[in-house]
Amino acid sequence: MKIIKHSILALVATISFVSCSDDDTPQVINEEEVITTMNVTLTSGSQTVTLTSQDLDGDGPNAPEITVSGNLAANTTYTGNVELLNETESPAENVTEEVEEENADHQFFFISTGAIADTDYADVDANGDPVGIDFTLTTGDAGTATLQVILRHLPEKDAEGVSDGDITNANGETDFQAEFEITVE
Amino acid sequence: MKQFWFAFILLAITKIASAQECTYTLKGNVTDYHDGSPLFGALIQLIDTDVEAYTDFDGNFTISGLCDGTIQVQVSHPDCESIVKLVEIKGNTTTAIKLEHHLEEIGEVVVVENSNVKKTNSASEVTINTATIQKYSNDGLGNALKEISGVSSLNTGGAIVKPVIDGMHSSRVLIINNGVRMQDQEWGVEHAPNVDVNTAENITVVKGASALKYGGDAIGGTIVIDGTQPIAKDSLYGKTILTGVSNGRGGSVTSSLFKTKENGWYYKGQGTFKYLGDFEAPDYVLSNTGSREKDFSVGFGLRKFKYGFNAYYSFYNTQIGILTASHIGSVGDLANALESNTPLVVNDFTYTIQAPYQDVTHHLAKVDFYRRFSKLGKLSIQYDFQQNNRKEYDIRTGDDRNKAAMDMMLNTHSLQADFNFDAYKHYKFSAGIAGSYQKNTPDANTGVRRLIPDYIQYNLGAYLAAEHSISDNTILDAGVRYDYRHLDAKKFYLKSRWEERGYDEDFESIIIGEENNQWLANPVFNFHNLSATLGLKTYFTNNTQLNANISLASRAPNASELFSDGLHHSAAIIELGDLRIKQEVAKKVSIGYAKTTGNFTFNVNPYANLINDYVIMQPTGLQQTTRGAFPVWEYSQINALLTGVDLSLGYQIVPTLKYSTKAAYIYAEDLDNNKPVIDIPGTNWSNGLVFTQPKWNQFEAGLQWETVFKQNRYPDNDFEATIPTNNGNVTKTIRISEPPNGYGLLHFNTQCTVNWFRKSDLTIGFSIQNLLNTNYRDYLNRQRYYADDLGRNFKLQLTFKY
Repeated sequence: MKIIKHSILALVATISFVSCSDDDTPQVINEEEVITTMNVTLTSGSQTVTLTSQDLDGDGPNAPEITVSGNLAANTTYTGNVELLNETESPAENVTEEVEEENADHQFFFISTGAIADTDYADVDANGDPVGIDFTLTTGDAGTATLQVILRHLPEKDAEGVSDGDITNANGETDFQAEFEITVE
Repeated sequence: MKQFWFAFILLAITKIASAQECTYTLKGNVTDYHDGSPLFGALIQLIDTDVEAYTDFDGNFTISGLCDGTIQVQVSHPDCESIVKLVEIKGNTTTAIKLEHHLEEIGEVVVVENSNVKKTNSASEVTINTATIQKYSNDGLGNALKEISGVSSLNTGGAIVKPVIDGMHSSRVLIINNGVRMQDQEWGVEHAPNVDVNTAENITVVKGASALKYGGDAIGGTIVIDGTQPIAKDSLYGKTILTGVSNGRGGSVTSSLFKTKENGWYYKGQGTFKYLGDFEAPDYVLSNTGSREKDFSVGFGLRKFKYGFNAYYSFYNTQIGILTASHIGSVGDLANALESNTPLVVNDFTYTIQAPYQDVTHHLAKVDFYRRFSKLGKLSIQYDFQQNNRKEYDIRTGDDRNKAAMDMMLNTHSLQADFNFDAYKHYKFSAGIAGSYQKNTPDANTGVRRLIPDYIQYNLGAYLAAEHSISDNTILDAGVRYDYRHLDAKKFYLKSRWEERGYDEDFESIIIGEENNQWLANPVFNFHNLSATLGLKTYFTNNTQLNANISLASRAPNASELFSDGLHHSAAIIELGDLRIKQEVAKKVSIGYAKTTGNFTFNVNPYANLINDYVIMQPTGLQQTTRGAFPVWEYSQINALLTGVDLSLGYQIVPTLKYSTKAAYIYAEDLDNNKPVIDIPGTNWSNGLVFTQPKWNQFEAGLQWETVFKQNRYPDNDFEATIPTNNGNVTKTIRISEPPNGYGLLHFNTQCTVNWFRKSDLTIGFSIQNLLNTNYRDYLNRQRYYADDLGRNFKLQLTFKY
């Protein structure tokens, strides 16, 4: 019985010790991999139009805010560039750099309707397949248009049509998706 | 108590040795040392012969064909310490034998399938024994338990298998591993129990919450895993099981060694290693579904009749790959997966495990003491410590590529004391108190917001249970338990989420800090839970047993139900917990009826479980994110009725051929919304035919046909989503609700035991699961949207006993 008694005492002591050891405040985590913001810059000559999708609470309840800084000119070819940011961190983290480093594992898709005539890739990854950080956009006649920009992680770039920008067979996992309404004048 | 044992297969069998001209008979009676009650199912063996007999319900046995002289008799009983007795045969002889039973639970009685560790008097319970468990050496606990009618499983692929008892799982099912209540983050549907099935000698499933000793919140049931019980004699024994499987192209090895001494000391050690590559469906490789497991356990102790102790430590570690094709980023990806008949990612077979995968480590250490007081009962005190570390690796980019996305550390200390008053013949009481301290610490360095927050939790519980034999054939039982839980959490909420949940109105006072766009909140909960059970078991002389039980169970919400807050990748849903969730309370009625007549055994178990404030998750709308819209599923509470029947039947056609069948049906209704409850297993029906011929090296061969019918009762949670295509957006209905079609699987199994070695037995087993290589998907497999279930599997198993 003595053994039992001592053991119980030891256990109680252990538990009390562990119980009282700490009561610290947890450290805040700012989501590292969330992409909050996409800035698509379209440049032609001296004109620059920026399309922005920004969702500062990531997977939180607020919907992304979509802004389009101006109208595009009809029948014009724009040089496009996509920038991705994680603005939950301060200073904001440039996620485009990561996409660039792992360019074979990523691809942007540009899906347009209405007054946008064409989009085309202007860059290649390590294997010579398109990435889409740089692209060109050609407008058609004046009217309204939508441009959807989708970033896929681990797409099947070899699948039919994918390197031409057709998302149908791309599979992979969607990392970012935004849709912009644009006026072409 | 033991006179009420009900055995399906095991009726008193007497084998007679072919002796010379010996004609004398030994008649005997085996009783419990404490209360003199007869012991049923005790084995009497004549040492150095193969003569043996079992006691009947009155504790009587008969061995005939004996000669005059002195014989050595060993008397053993699964719940008792074996004894060896010298009996002098002088003509027809009678003898009385008393055994001390050493395993005490709350009224251990009833037995099904030969096994003997009863956990309740009147609740519906089933035990599977070593022979069955061994067959699942490579398959794990969840698969082994599916042998029991009414137990199914909730799977995430082939390696993550959670037991489902009468339609309930996770926090509603307690798992008691070697006397310790498992604290292994069981709340998650993708968290399989961290138990090595190879440590088990018996596994008992108590359906419902009547095993109050272990906890009052087992609304689904309690699974009690018992290890090997040492016997007090000088012995060294063990076994090794080697299993090789074709599906997964790997296998496992498990080995155990047991050293016992006559003075009561024992030492044991056991280890398991498992290595599997990708599983395969009939038509393709299920890429990234490999798994690894490394487990070991050690223990020692002293077991005397009056006092003793046990010390035990076990280590469990597993890595499990998650099907690559099930990792998706948006509803559009889910739509693609649903439209495709094959997984969207199929690679060549490999043993390599890549992200996403789980890496889980569980340590369990316990020490217990017992002391018996004469004319009173037995006191037991147990302390245990568990540490559960769950790391989940996701597909990540850049510097985070090899960093876990979730890294949660759960530490639990428990202390409990039980007293069993067993000195009275017609009454038994047990009482106990238990306390525990638990701390959850998610690692902040993952760079991913915590799924489950930091928390500290205290539990304090006390129970009292009694059994009363109101007649020779009828036992009444009753019990009550109270549990107090104090939960103190610290969680960061996105400010936008805080407002969306309406917490800014209800919980403003619990904010203790602010970091950019997040609030730090300090929710503190106190839960008072009451549980109770009342039952009756009666045994009729015509080999019929009837038991009836009503129980009340209360379960405090788990961390997931309170705090979930984020995107669930493989389901493409946003899961939201709610701080307002209260405890759920279940009232269950169950009846068990069992009968044996001649070659026929029958067991039927209808039940009804009415659950108030049953916690479920249901869709409430869509939420826009930078990856498109996701459906939002929120935890909420409803009143639900789960009612059904579990059935099993056996028929010994001829001595060598046995037919058995089992079936389970559940009807589950959300009474608030008049619609079915989600994720309830479809009706299943299994038929088996086993041929056994003990003369041919205990040859056994069996076929089993397993049928799972389509679940036609399901809530409609389909939703409309806008999917980008090359021709612009299209609106599609995302059909996530309808369960897959029913299916039938044929399994084959054969084994025999040879004595090629002088001191050991070798059992060679060969089986084919899914013999016809049938394509199927199961409603309760969370990867059913993405891929077919497992294809044909050849399994070779060698079991050495030494």
